[in-house]
Amino acid sequence: MPTSVLWAVDLFGRVYTLSTAGQYWELCKDAQLEFKRVSAATQCCWGIACDNQVYLYMCASDVSIRCREEAYENQRWNPMGGFCEKLLPSDRWPWSDVSGLQHRPLDGVALPSPHWEWESDWYVDENFGGEPTEKGGWTYAIDFPATYTRDKKWNSCVRRRKWIRYRRYKSRDAWAKIPSKDDLKDLPDPFSDLSVGGWEITEEPVGRLSVWAVSLQGKVWYREDVSHPNPEGSSWSLVDTPGEAVQISCGPHDLLWVTLWEGQALVREGINRNNPKGSSWSVVEPPGSENGIMHVSAGVSVVWAVTKDRKVWFRRGVNSHNPCGTSWIEMVGEMTMVNVGLNDQVWGISSEERAVYFRQGVTPSELSGKTWKAIVAGRESDRSHSGSSSSLLSAGCFFGDEVKGGSESAPSDTDAASESERPGPERSAPEEPLDNSRDPKGSSAVGPETGGTAECASETFCPDAGGREAAQASVGSERPLPASTAAELPWTNIDLKEPRKAPSHSATGFAETMGLSSLGLFPLGLDEPYAADDHPLWAWVSGGGCAVEAGSVLKWFSVQSGLSPSVQTLSLSISPAQTAAWRKQIFQQLTERTKRELENFRHYEQAVEQSVWVKTGSLQWWCDWKPHKWVDVRVALEQFTGHDGARDSILFIYYVVHEEKKYFHVFLNEVTALVPVLNEAKHSFALYTPERTRQRWPVRLAATTEQDMNDWLALLSLSCCESRKIRGRPSPQSIWSVTCKGDIFVSEPSPDLEAQDHLLPCDQMFWRQMGGHLRVVEANSRGVVWGIGYDHTAWVYTGGYGGGCVQGLASSTSNIYTQSDVKSICIYENQRWNPVTGYTSRGLPTDRYMWSDATGLQECTKASTKPPSLQWTWVSDWYVDFSVPGGTDQEGWQYASDFPASYHGYKTMKDFVRRRCWARKCKLVTNGPWLEVAPIALGDVSIIPESPEGPDSDDRGHNIALWAVSDKGDVLCRLGVSELNPVGSSWLHIGTDQPFASVSIGACYQVWAVARDGSAFYRGSVSPSQPAGDCWYHIPSPPKQRLMQVSVGQTSVYALDENGNLWYRGGVTPSYPQGSSWEHVSNNVRRVSVGPLDQVWVIANKVQGTHGLSRGTVCRRTGVQPREPKGQGWDYGIGGGWDHISVRANATRASRSMSQEQKAHGPVSC
Amino acid sequence: MTDDKDVLRDVWFGRIPTCFTLYQDEITEREAEPYYLLLPRVSYLTLVTDKVKKHFQKVMRQEDISEIWFEYEGTPLKWHYPIGLLFDLLAASSALPWNIIVHFKSFPEKDLLHCPSKDAIEAHFMSCIKEADALKHKSQVINEMQKKDHKQLWMGLQNDRFDQFWAINRKLMEYPAEENGFRYIPFRIYQMTTERPFIQKLFRPVAADGQLQTLGDLLREVCPSAVAPEDGGKKNQVMIHGIEPMLETPLQWLSEHLSYPDNFLHISIIPQPTD
Repeated sequence: MPTSVLWAVDLFGRVYTLSTAGQYWELCKDAQLEFKRVSAATQCCWGIACDNQVYLYMCASDVSIRCREEAYENQRWNPMGGFCEKLLPSDRWPWSDVSGLQHRPLDGVALPSPHWEWESDWYVDENFGGEPTEKGGWTYAIDFPATYTRDKKWNSCVRRRKWIRYRRYKSRDAWAKIPSKDDLKDLPDPFSDLSVGGWEITEEPVGRLSVWAVSLQGKVWYREDVSHPNPEGSSWSLVDTPGEAVQISCGPHDLLWVTLWEGQALVREGINRNNPKGSSWSVVEPPGSENGIMHVSAGVSVVWAVTKDRKVWFRRGVNSHNPCGTSWIEMVGEMTMVNVGLNDQVWGISSEERAVYFRQGVTPSELSGKTWKAIVAGRESDRSHSGSSSSLLSAGCFFGDEVKGGSESAPSDTDAASESERPGPERSAPEEPLDNSRDPKGSSAVGPETGGTAECASETFCPDAGGREAAQASVGSERPLPASTAAELPWTNIDLKEPRKAPSHSATGFAETMGLSSLGLFPLGLDEPYAADDHPLWAWVSGGGCAVEAGSVLKWFSVQSGLSPSVQTLSLSISPAQTAAWRKQIFQQLTERTKRELENFRHYEQAVEQSVWVKTGSLQWWCDWKPHKWVDVRVALEQFTGHDGARDSILFIYYVVHEEKKYFHVFLNEVTALVPVLNEAKHSFALYTPERTRQRWPVRLAATTEQDMNDWLALLSLSCCESRKIRGRPSPQSIWSVTCKGDIFVSEPSPDLEAQDHLLPCDQMFWRQMGGHLRVVEANSRGVVWGIGYDHTAWVYTGGYGGGCVQGLASSTSNIYTQSDVKSICIYENQRWNPVTGYTSRGLPTDRYMWSDATGLQECTKASTKPPSLQWTWVSDWYVDFSVPGGTDQEGWQYASDFPASYHGYKTMKDFVRRRCWARKCKLVTNGPWLEVAPIALGDVSIIPESPEGPDSDDRGHNIALWAVSDKGDVLCRLGVSELNPVGSSWLHIGTDQPFASVSIGACYQVWAVARDGSAFYRGSVSPSQPAGDCWYHIPSPPKQRLMQVSVGQTSVYALDENGNLWYRGGVTPSYPQGSSWEHVSNNVRRVSVGPLDQVWVIANKVQGTHGLSRGTVCRRTGVQPREPKGQGWDYGIGGGWDHISVRANATRASRSMSQEQKAHGPVSC
Repeated sequence: MTDDKDVLRDVWFGRIPTCFTLYQDEITEREAEPYYLLLPRVSYLTLVTDKVKKHFQKVMRQEDISEIWFEYEGTPLKWHYPIGLLFDLLAASSALPWNIIVHFKSFPEKDLLHCPSKDAIEAHFMSCIKEADALKHKSQVINEMQKKDHKQLWMGLQNDRFDQFWAINRKLMEYPAEENGFRYIPFRIYQMTTERPFIQKLFRPVAADGQLQTLGDLLREVCPSAVAPEDGGKKNQVMIHGIEPMLETPLQWLSEHLSYPDNFLHISIIPQPTD
């Protein structure tokens, strides 16, 4: 769970953030400005400052926001001077954009705003569609505009080349003023409210953000072109509204609600991917006619509102299809505002004590939550009160005025709203003095008098602290409900009962602190603003960047003392609890006790004799012969203890065939892997032995419940580990692999695994499961292990073991953390064209299902498609996936002449069929020895392979090179990674001219990478002192193949293309590390991993065994020798659904002499 | 780095070397040799002394044999206390092996419960586990278990099968992630100096302010005399499983790792040996 922050503004305009892992409000890093309102997203926060200007705060990130500017230099050949800048009068500009229509001299390209800087100077692009061009980067054609080629031909009359320059957004962690120069005439009045959202409408790489604003005159504005690469957007455009708007709220998806001056709400309809501004407005009436809506906040499928009487309302039935919802439900509490953040979580600011409240218990099934809970986190500044108090005081005075003044001129301001309704009819008596006392808190004139009222107010307003009757009375007096809400009574009642208690909870805490402050302060005679400062009074809160999930533990609700809040950073060093003296003492004393009580008495008889223990049970077994089906079996696990204390076990499986009882058995010391196979129907697992691995036919057993299966799995894997004496953390040399289900396995390499002769067949390797869910795992021999989830989250291995379905004794108690992963399930909607009705869902009789999987062979409808197993739950609705390869049209359709064919994203005359991909996200929550490396999501990662006998083997702090590719295609180099700090410190962004897909670093700092266009690159001059290297060398891919993955060992470089071909890079020498050519090694390969001994392991696509076929099989290249780095054949190991392997940690050599020989004869020496 | 899991093993495999001697007044047909045995600390006397019984019965006449009972330095040993607790409480500072006297006559009715069969031990053991879970999880975990799981706990103890026992017992040691520990810590504090058999109160592992409670917090609250002896000079040892955990040790951790199989922390307060 990555940490994220809640943004808030106090009454003095200071902006604070509160981390989900923290317990203190921290003052915004750029505290020069005072703000009225902020609206946050995950990476940024927009705000309206007290100068009425709009500012953008982009949070710092290791990956820079860079934007490419391009210009073309065009030349024509003439007989006199050859190619020169003299063009024909009818030709384009000598310097132009890609179309040639726009004049674009290099020095005329300016930065769009002061918040950008140039990354480097202009340079010529020498990459032409994945192929390197001649030096100079020219491409040739017969004439403008035409098709350009790399080679100059006899008829090449014109040529052009592309110049590239990158600009970088530089105003990170600072408030950047949004330039308004273009908008002067359109913007007669300043903005009074603003809201960001809509980031879920489009997916990366578009990454669009909707920024909406309301001006003082009540107009609604939309900021055009705001996206990740263009954080500031381009200009404001007016969106007409039927009434005068006061406040606006844009949800993360397609909800947009606006409050009108008259008290109704406007709801925007027709917002979608192609039309983020929406098309029309609908009006929603307020819950009661006398109290209009003052404030709304929209989430993904909820809307919360506050009416002018400060009551909080929940809108029922809101979703994409019905953005207006169905009815209002009154909630408990009185708020000045509410804000819906990520996951539809809700925050509010109470109207009385101006505290930020968090709505507890909001879950997808209970969107209205349970109770309000006050956030009592202190401010960091409170803990270090010193000379700064005087400056705060003056600031307080100033801003007290500011808020008031603003509220008079700007009626939309919440404070003003409260002011304006003060004359309104039904205000209960005790509120009056409190309001008076609170509002002018900013001005220091009031003094002790205020304190008195505050105290009495706290008695009346936190009545539960004093007495229950008072509470009943005050709540009762405020609850003469209007008739219109009576219909909602059942709901209201439920909600009413609880809150009487619930606020008491939080309110008591608050009352206590209030009491303290009044006691502590008045005898000292301190000024009132100081007192106000002691307990922050909040004006605005925004949770749009704050991810709170059900079950996450927040430390916001209790006042903590002493501990520093900055110690929240993720650290993998041993936690204090583990080094604590008490723990050491217990370990030590236990050892001493055993020595004392046992050492001299070992010859005594044991009171209890060890016996055979048998566990029996009923399971189902997938029988070995045809017709294959699940049959009921009895199973018995017999465990014996030998005289040396060693444990061994046999699993018996009793079955009945033709009414005859039979059995077979498995020695657990022969089992090589236990793999859980969860699907929606069965809780089953597969049990492999070397023989079963060769047959491609594991023993498959199923239990009736998940619990039962987990018990058996835990017991069997413990027995396996015991019989092989494997316990605790896997060694740093371990081989890691991942199945297509995301299960993680680890194998201890035996020394003869990479021996030259008598090597251990790899079907005899024992694989032990690790908790967690990953897509990729990479390791090196220093014990640094990183993983990447299906949702691209990066994880670092904590040194624990177990977790997930490996529970109990086989799991470590510490270093196991919650891990979650999200993946998309895709189904296809298929249509055929007919002359009458066009495309319809009526296909030919021979066609595929109209709703199918990707192959078309399986029918998959939205209703029938379920998450992959019971561990997964849906976290989104079905949505059209526009990011499928080949592109789509505006509605997500892909066209083809017939099924199955290659699809394209536009319709031609010959296209008779079309399809579109519907995706739905599902989520799994498990646990394992992994900690998240926030915030950058990764696509690939590679850690430098090292041999344990390397020169610095004693230096546990020495830096370990780690390279990665982000999910957006940025190449990154991790700094500060060491054995002691496997998580590292920060990313160094390596600029590229296009998005990348794969990266690998070899033992001698050779960095190879593959771009998304399928070409390879070599990074020059990477060394420990220059971890980022200097420049990329473009390596053409094998002819007509697009590369997908690269892996570099000690000296060998292997690459894999999209068609499953494995290539070896020939001609690599120390002086020419780029090598000369690709040499084909094999086909049928899905993934390759080259280790520090130049050993080559792959995941093979298909392997045939004696009993069955398995897809995704671990294979080792045999016969790999220094003089024959390509090897000779394959040795087949565990398989059936394996997806990834990393052997890059295994530097265990069979013998010392051979390693020297290898070093001497290798083509590259380090 | 040593793992917390190893603590569970060390606790389980704790053994006390014991020398059983027949009481001098028992009538024998020939001389009874002392009998030496390694007793599991976590088990119960009457559960692991079948061999002792057989050994001494061989030298005795059938009519002189009635229910067996044990005594150490004049104190009858309660079979329903775990062996390790009895040893820590009565004999921690004495020399090993532990000299236990075996009796077959004059059962001390007022000091000991009868133990007619293993079923009585099982019943006692299971009732302790249930009581502990009532404190820890409002009985939710133990009630969700099946009969065979209960049986497995008992069989694990009886047959000294660590894996068998812990395969089930781990479920009793879990708690919801949003809490910081059990509801209440099942513990019993024993002192030889007082008349009360033991102290048992409701005590939460986490204080109201969110701080983890320690062993010291517990003692200060429920048994202040143990940590601050009133007469000044006499200091006490706080012993669990033959070791003295520091008073700073978090109670929750102790409960998870140093509880006896009956899921209680049995804490002995004994006077510091004077030497």
